Amino acid sequence: MDMLRRLLELLAGDPQADRAVPPTGFTARLTLLSSGAMAFLAVFALALSLATGRLADRWSDELAKTSTLRISAPADQMQAQTDAAIVVLESTPGVAQARALSADEQRELLAPWFGPDLPVETLPVPQLIEVIEDGDGFDATGLRARLQAEVPGAILDDHTRWREPLVEAANRLRLLGFVSMLLIAGATGAMITLAANAALAANAQVIRVMRLVGARDIYIARAFVRRFTQRALIGAAVGTLAGTLAVLLLPSADAAGGFLTGLGFQGAHWLWPLVIPALAALVAFIATRQAALRTLKEQS
Amino acid sequence: MIELDNVAYSYGGAELFAGLDLTLAPGSFHFLTGPSGAGKTTLLKLCYGELIATGGQVRLFGQDARGLDRDSVAQIRRRIGVVHQDCQFLDHLPVAENIALPLTVAGHGSTSDDLRDLLGWVGLSKQAAQLPPELSGGERQRAALARAVIMSPEVILADEPTGNVDWEMSQRLLGLLVELNKMGKTVLIATHDLSLIRAAKAQVSARVLRLADRRLQLAGASL
Repeated sequence: MDMLRRLLELLAGDPQADRAVPPTGFTARLTLLSSGAMAFLAVFALALSLATGRLADRWSDELAKTSTLRISAPADQMQAQTDAAIVVLESTPGVAQARALSADEQRELLAPWFGPDLPVETLPVPQLIEVIEDGDGFDATGLRARLQAEVPGAILDDHTRWREPLVEAANRLRLLGFVSMLLIAGATGAMITLAANAALAANAQVIRVMRLVGARDIYIARAFVRRFTQRALIGAAVGTLAGTLAVLLLPSADAAGGFLTGLGFQGAHWLWPLVIPALAALVAFIATRQAALRTLKEQS
Repeated sequence: MIELDNVAYSYGGAELFAGLDLTLAPGSFHFLTGPSGAGKTTLLKLCYGELIATGGQVRLFGQDARGLDRDSVAQIRRRIGVVHQDCQFLDHLPVAENIALPLTVAGHGSTSDDLRDLLGWVGLSKQAAQLPPELSGGERQRAALARAVIMSPEVILADEPTGNVDWEMSQRLLGLLVELNKMGKTVLIATHDLSLIRAAKAQVSARVLRLADRRLQLAGASL
């Protein structure tokens, strides 16, 4: 809170103190460019992180509520076993709905591998039953035992086996996004520190004169910190705007496109990029303040 | 106000001076003279906390200079006006802003009337908006003097203030320093210009100190 107050006071500025330190060309451009570029990258890291977060949540929530029952039986017993399985499922607590997929639906599922004209009816393809859970779901172990007794050809797949790695992968990607943002913040801080050190070295004579007339270190540091914080804020605001526009121009999410077309912001997530310029300013404030105070201590 | 007690200063292994005693009492006027390289500038720097003595004790307004942190040194410098031989300005700021810089860094506002009066006192009213590199040597020295006194310091230290100006201008600067001393300010001027010292002695009661052979001696009668 104290840091935020100081940051706001700093941004409010002291025009007279600002004038004491002459603006230096290349450090100004370096700070603007690096904070802008880093903010641009941060928008994508944020978009990746939020999109994978949504994906992990969706896989975690939606797939956890569905299961598939696969019935492998001779053709003459298939319908009887399917009916028996549905009876078992409908009488199982925690099952909201059980529905045998139609031949068209099964053909559609196989179409990516065998093409659209596969004669499903003539092939020994297992019958699939979609099971939708309600509430806390069903007792998978108990259901398997009942099915083994009443429908010998039924195999229950509650998606746990392949859902968990997917959710874990999505969570890892989300973590990767956050780590990327931390690295971007660290790199921004390092570049601004270098620029601030260069500016302090270039203004050694200004510092000497200000000390001669009784300026305290914190006063001198503030003049540099304010300038670098403002530059980082402006650069990051431009970079964030450009990054957000680039994300906006990505293809919209659709089922066929899969994950990549969903790599953007949705709903209130569009407000998150607004945090990036503020964070960049905070990073610049901390980096420049530390660099300035350290350099002033070394020069004394 | 400023006391040096058995002070020594060494630089790069060589002792510049040692066993040096000096007291600048309130309202006193001192000249510090001696050959080039004797350590006059170093002695002045010890007097405003720019350097720390390698031996003995320097007390600035009763505080041991060795124990002062950087903020305390900054506070003390607001009570000591310093005029450097090379003036040391911020070349990107106009003269008026350079002169007002001590007030700016101390967070004190100055009225434009005060600043105008001060510029008039040192004869720089017309140069207020100029940048320091545009000033002549004498104008720079007067601007440095104005900056040194704007905080109304108790002590004024001047290092060769007439080093780069002609006789007429040096007399004018001396007149300003004498005027300040008559207002109660303590003045210490480091100079090798003996004619300046002689001229001053006609106007003010000044002690003349000579720094030579690593020692500080009173050198009044021969001047």
